[in-house]
Amino acid sequence: MMRAVRIPPFESLYAEHRDEVFRFLVRRLGRERADDAFQETFLRALRGYPALRHGEHLRAWLYTIAARVAADELRRPAEPRPAREEPAAYDGRPQYAELEHLAGDLPPKERSAVVLRYGYDLSYAEIGAALGSSEEAARQAASSGIRRLRGRRIDR
Amino acid sequence: MTVSPELDARFRDAAASAGLLDVAYDVTDSPVGPLLVAVGERGLCRISFDPEPERETETLARAFGVRVLRSPRPVDEARRQLDDYFERRRTSFDLPVDIERLTPFNRAVLELLARVPYGTLTTYGALAGEAGKPRAARAVGSVMNRNPIPIVLPCHRVVGSTGSLVGYAGGLERKEALLELEGVRAARS
Repeated sequence: MMRAVRIPPFESLYAEHRDEVFRFLVRRLGRERADDAFQETFLRALRGYPALRHGEHLRAWLYTIAARVAADELRRPAEPRPAREEPAAYDGRPQYAELEHLAGDLPPKERSAVVLRYGYDLSYAEIGAALGSSEEAARQAASSGIRRLRGRRIDR
Repeated sequence: MTVSPELDARFRDAAASAGLLDVAYDVTDSPVGPLLVAVGERGLCRISFDPEPERETETLARAFGVRVLRSPRPVDEARRQLDDYFERRRTSFDLPVDIERLTPFNRAVLELLARVPYGTLTTYGALAGEAGKPRAARAVGSVMNRNPIPIVLPCHRVVGSTGSLVGYAGGLERKEALLELEGVRAARS
């Protein structure tokens, strides 16, 4: 049996990924709004950290949180200039929430790729970076995840 | 583009203020070299000489939980008292310490150790006797050797039955330096 990857001290995770997560948020939100989103991302990560069961895919996990924080930030009604129109889902929940639920039991890499691509509209290059793999591998993971989801819906 | 020091500091502060850390730590300078000082929910839980933060955070995460983060604010009070001690403005520490996770014998010995006054010496055998195990001097030695909170729990005040310094996890030079600071002269064997 493979041993689960141990969860590192939060300091290691933070030190290793803070700069790239910050750059990601700057790309999504612009320099001015990135600071608050950065803090919020890592505070949310800290809140969820004790519930993790293993240390795999931590980078993708962080990117998912950062993407969610950025999406929340972009949806804030108070902002005078909506930088991005969030397409409404049927039940009023944002698209990414719906998708995270649907993709819940895909293999981790496919799930991350599907959620980041179709829920958060990340580019394959960004997803590749989040998953620690190539752009092409990210594209493949997303498309095989989608195939798997489609197959499942037909079965039902 | 990288995270600015201001933003980094802001996050580290916010994480501690929000009560989200199992352990906050920082590295502080002292006359006996840099010290890693760690504070958990129940109080001071580690002081390390010659800290290698990477290994240290792993150990702390295993003992106290994975939310270990360098965050200076929660460590301020311990740092202030240590500074005072090294400046001879303070002869005892008033800090909650967390030794909960140690074995009962370890804890009992460390609690006795905490009462050994500034500027005095005791012996491994005497502590063993006080702990109700007069023949356990060697075991007391190993408790001292693994003392998680040296300086504050003053294992530098414990010497061999002949008065020789015997040993110190942080190195004999440091034991000598701490005793000299407290005005005690002890012989190396």
